[in-house]
Amino acid sequence: MVRPLKDRIRGKYMEYFIQQLINGLTLGSIYGLVAIGYTMVYGIIGMINFAHGDIFMLGGFAALIIFLILTSFFAGIPVALLLLLMLLVGMLMTGLWNWTIERVAYRPLRGSFRLAPLITAIGMSIALSNFIQVTQGPRNKPIPPLVTDTYHFGDITISLKQILIVVITSILLFAFWYIVNKTPLGRAQRATEQDRKMAALLGVDVDKTISITFIMGAALAAVAGAMYLMYYGVASFNDGFIPGVKAFTAAVLGGIGSLPGAVLGGLLIGLIESLWSAYFSIAYKDVATFAILAIVLIFKPTGILGRPEVEKV
Amino acid sequence: MAYTTENNQSGLMAKAIKEGIFAGLIAFGMFLLFVGIETYQDINNQLVWRTRWGLLAVFVAVAAIGRFVTVGFIKPHLDARKLAKAKTGVLEISDKKSFFHRHFLKIALVFLLCYPFLAMLIVGRQGSLKYVDNFGIQILIYVMLAWGLNIVVGLAGLLDLGYVAFYAVGAYSYALLSSYFGFSFWLLLPMAGILAALWGVILGFPVLRLRGDYLAIVTLAFGEIIRLVLINWTDVTRGTFGVSGIAKASFFGIWSFDVGAANNFNKAWGLPSSSVYYKMFLFYIILALCMLTAYVTIRLRRMPIGRAWEALREDEIACRSLGINTVTTKLTAFATGAMFGGFAGSFFAARQGFVSPESFVFLESAVILAIVVLGGMGSLTGIAIAAVVMVGGTELLREMEFLKHIFGPDFTPELYRMLLFGLAMIIVMLFKPRGFVGTREPTAFLKERKAVSGSFTKEGHG
Repeated sequence: MVRPLKDRIRGKYMEYFIQQLINGLTLGSIYGLVAIGYTMVYGIIGMINFAHGDIFMLGGFAALIIFLILTSFFAGIPVALLLLLMLLVGMLMTGLWNWTIERVAYRPLRGSFRLAPLITAIGMSIALSNFIQVTQGPRNKPIPPLVTDTYHFGDITISLKQILIVVITSILLFAFWYIVNKTPLGRAQRATEQDRKMAALLGVDVDKTISITFIMGAALAAVAGAMYLMYYGVASFNDGFIPGVKAFTAAVLGGIGSLPGAVLGGLLIGLIESLWSAYFSIAYKDVATFAILAIVLIFKPTGILGRPEVEKV
Repeated sequence: MAYTTENNQSGLMAKAIKEGIFAGLIAFGMFLLFVGIETYQDINNQLVWRTRWGLLAVFVAVAAIGRFVTVGFIKPHLDARKLAKAKTGVLEISDKKSFFHRHFLKIALVFLLCYPFLAMLIVGRQGSLKYVDNFGIQILIYVMLAWGLNIVVGLAGLLDLGYVAFYAVGAYSYALLSSYFGFSFWLLLPMAGILAALWGVILGFPVLRLRGDYLAIVTLAFGEIIRLVLINWTDVTRGTFGVSGIAKASFFGIWSFDVGAANNFNKAWGLPSSSVYYKMFLFYIILALCMLTAYVTIRLRRMPIGRAWEALREDEIACRSLGINTVTTKLTAFATGAMFGGFAGSFFAARQGFVSPESFVFLESAVILAIVVLGGMGSLTGIAIAAVVMVGGTELLREMEFLKHIFGPDFTPELYRMLLFGLAMIIVMLFKPRGFVGTREPTAFLKERKAVSGSFTKEGHG
């Protein structure tokens, strides 16, 4: 019989702490992936993409539906292939969605005043979550656990899905870092971010670059959504909001516009959340996250790794 | 010449067909999983799926045909009209206004004053309940909230995404103080306003240094913190169960609207017992509160503090260098806006008789902000119109019973309420990015007052 966690770790403060650290790291990886989408869009067009949390939710739903279809047709499909297909189709799907959303709701307002795209983004967020509620029903959608293996190191338990999440996140982050820093596309993105007009004058296709940025952000959010589904085993139409706000918090905490900052922020938010739940109270874990966001912004508005903003007259 | 137009015409058609097919393909890709496949739980609680190809085909067809018609017919038509207008040189803004236009405010006010009686005359006593309560009071609450937020966002240019927090403070002040201490509505209404204003200062003080989007996010965080505290502080607020059995508002302490009371309003006036009179009374209270908000806003705009708000919105640095104290200016904007939110909140609690954290989610803040922006920030009339269209429109959906005859008995229009609300937000912004009322009346002017385009006012950078 497995004793409850509280009994097993009684008196073993270090093990308990490390266990929470691992949980926080897993959660933080997911937040970090979503945060990248926020930070890139904010960096390139200076807009809070409120619908990004719902793109994350769409990614989770795409993975869920692919999972259902594949398992009903091919009962004995290897888990690795299943996961890979879930991720790939989800990335494709949400990429297409975010491309369309940018094209329809944000691009026509690019030259307009600052609040206009913010309002369409909020509208899009409301519309997306309610679209899923209408088409897929309001109830939670549970799936059977995909990956169940766990490993024990003394009293610390690490599950395979936690390892998978951290490994997939690391691979994607490396790929992303490479794209943004070493390829012509990344150069175009950085140029557009610094000065859109100048980049256009020098032959960068600004519209295309922004579209690709949205697709990339959505692809990462889809991976995060699929892993969120794998980790918790349940998807719901309003899953977008709270993780979305937390990921945005992560992006701001790390310094908005900075890619490493988004990841760092995500990990910190994940750690704060799991440590706060472990040592203080689960009920107030979101309060802790938001309070830390407020405190960081008040004392260091540019975040941890953000560039200081120069006030132009 | 004829040849080239024909060539253009066929080229246009080819382009329209191409774009239509492309849109259809995109729609197919987007909706394949989410519309084409339905997931549901079977009797064993197992998640299973079935296909809905028919519905998917409808979605794809709508996207393809819609795009085809837009590219092929609507856009050329609009372009031609714009070109014709530019050629004649007639400006769209004409000086002559119709009688209705000139006296719009007076007509609207008279209509609002008569509204409950009109509703009663037309649909009878019990039938009017719905129109006075669901439409009248509901819309006016949003008008008041949006006007309150307008002081913060439209006048001072501070983007506040957590306005609902002050609404919650007002509602819970009334709910808790009246159920723990038995204070009356008329005592607690100003107190709720003052408490909300106090919270406005408390929350406003630390965020004074922040600008633009950062301010928006911190206010969102504060709004969520207040909601989470309301959920988790169960000893006082009873958590998610909410506070119920909140006392009704009385007729200034003279008559009560409680059914069993000796000084019951209906009995005193010899009226049949019906809750419609209470609703009518509430309608006039919220109407008076709205008028108060509008009056204060209009007066404040003419006072130094209002001018300072608008100056702050236009250019904070210039404002500071001219010696305006930006700290007090921002704080008063926050406090004034919050105060009206508090009033609306305490009214809400009195009207519902029940408050729970469910009513104060971020979505509410988003809806209020959307009304302010869709109405055209800073324009009171525009905001009121936006509130009527957005809130009234979604309320109207609840009434669309006839849709059941078209789409079958399983069709519940209420489910589509927020979906349509979100889509409406996007569509209005796309076609009217400056809101319903795109002109502003300046308070300071040289020689004559001229309405200026909303594009000349800034939205502020917080």
